[in-house]
Amino acid sequence: MSTSHTPEAAPRPLGEWPLWEVFVRSKQGLEHKHCGSLHASDAAHALQMARDVYTRRQEGVSIWVVPSAAITASLPDDKAEFFEPAGDKIYRHPTFYDIPDAVGHM
Amino acid sequence: MYTQALDIPDASPSDAKPAKLASTTPAAHAFAHPELQARFDARIDADGKIEPQDWMPEAYRKTLVRQISQHAHSEIVGMLPEGNWISRAPSLKRKAILLAKVQDEGGHGLYLYSAAETLGTSRDQMLEALHTGRAKYSSIFNYPTLNWADVGVIGWLVDGAAIMNQIPLCRCSYGPYARAMIRICKEESFHQRQGFEALLTMMGGTEAQRQMVQDAVNRWWWKCLAMFGPPDTDSPNSAQGMRWGIKRISNDDLRQKFVDATVPQAEVLGVTLPDPDLKWNEARGHYDFGAIDWDEFWATVNGNGPCNQERLATRVKAYADGAWVRDAALAHARKQQQRALKEAA
Repeated sequence: MSTSHTPEAAPRPLGEWPLWEVFVRSKQGLEHKHCGSLHASDAAHALQMARDVYTRRQEGVSIWVVPSAAITASLPDDKAEFFEPAGDKIYRHPTFYDIPDAVGHM
Repeated sequence: MYTQALDIPDASPSDAKPAKLASTTPAAHAFAHPELQARFDARIDADGKIEPQDWMPEAYRKTLVRQISQHAHSEIVGMLPEGNWISRAPSLKRKAILLAKVQDEGGHGLYLYSAAETLGTSRDQMLEALHTGRAKYSSIFNYPTLNWADVGVIGWLVDGAAIMNQIPLCRCSYGPYARAMIRICKEESFHQRQGFEALLTMMGGTEAQRQMVQDAVNRWWWKCLAMFGPPDTDSPNSAQGMRWGIKRISNDDLRQKFVDATVPQAEVLGVTLPDPDLKWNEARGHYDFGAIDWDEFWATVNGNGPCNQERLATRVKAYADGAWVRDAALAHARKQQQRALKEAA
């Protein structure tokens, strides 16, 4: 990963605070999950705002904030071929295999 | 809060009228992209979700931007009538509850602005539309909160009506809107219960307190029924909204549901609802109720309600007074950034 990639450092129109995506871990042991977005002037500010907006009722024990501009997304599923290769590989699923009942749970 | 029914054309404030809502024309755009349109229609028919990056008809996008931003505006303007009572709440407990509720409304506004932004409109554009009076918000906030009982009634009836409106929106076809609504609905139920409980407390007090509650109910009841929007016969956009999976239940059906749910609650509370025609209809299995004054409703929508100017002025002033905070935060962020770059160099 390129260390010089700092989306925040890019020049930006200054009328509006930049957009951040917010991920919250609801409890220890679970993954962070995307829960929304917000505008904030910098990362520390975004964390503060995320706490106030998304964890008013103890919904989280940990928060990540990521500049929205830093997210690279796959194309919308109109371009389904991106995911198609997995479509015909049903042997990747356990249900593909017939096992005699006598074996019991496997 | 507020409403699916509030999908009212923004453009010129003097024009909004019942049967004359500008009807959206999805057709023109569809011709250009028959294949994409077919895929979109198929997904809607299968009750699937549309996400921000997906192709969507321009009219669908426009309708959503208008509805979600009006909804967001309603949340933040809705902070004002209740905000007036934070410093006058009768106890520390009620004050803490009201503060939490008003903070929730601000949060709900934010979820919704974020959802609208995914459609390609900016926060600044939406705020500008609100502040210049081009955008609408729920008319219910253009009425005054005259006494403490009004705060309770807003929770019980206004938020109650809002919840009725919002639950079907959790199944809206546009993913970000539906997800925002799920969060909002989870939080909204506290709003209604705290209002009802505050009123219950007043009803257990003095005769004067009981009269305050009845007075507030009398003033808010009809406005709450109007929150569900014009009758189905005067809602030309409804069919399109239903087709798109944005609207799930009609204005009149939701209104009936609200009346049916509220009458027994009023009995528990010990208040009467100000409608001589309100009575149980055994044959229909619903309560019948009287006629709503739609002229009054439209006058308020079109800017002539008792508090339209005051609400907007308060909102604009708050935004203008906060400008230096927004600027200072950006200046600070830039300074930190430059410092970090210099250290790295």
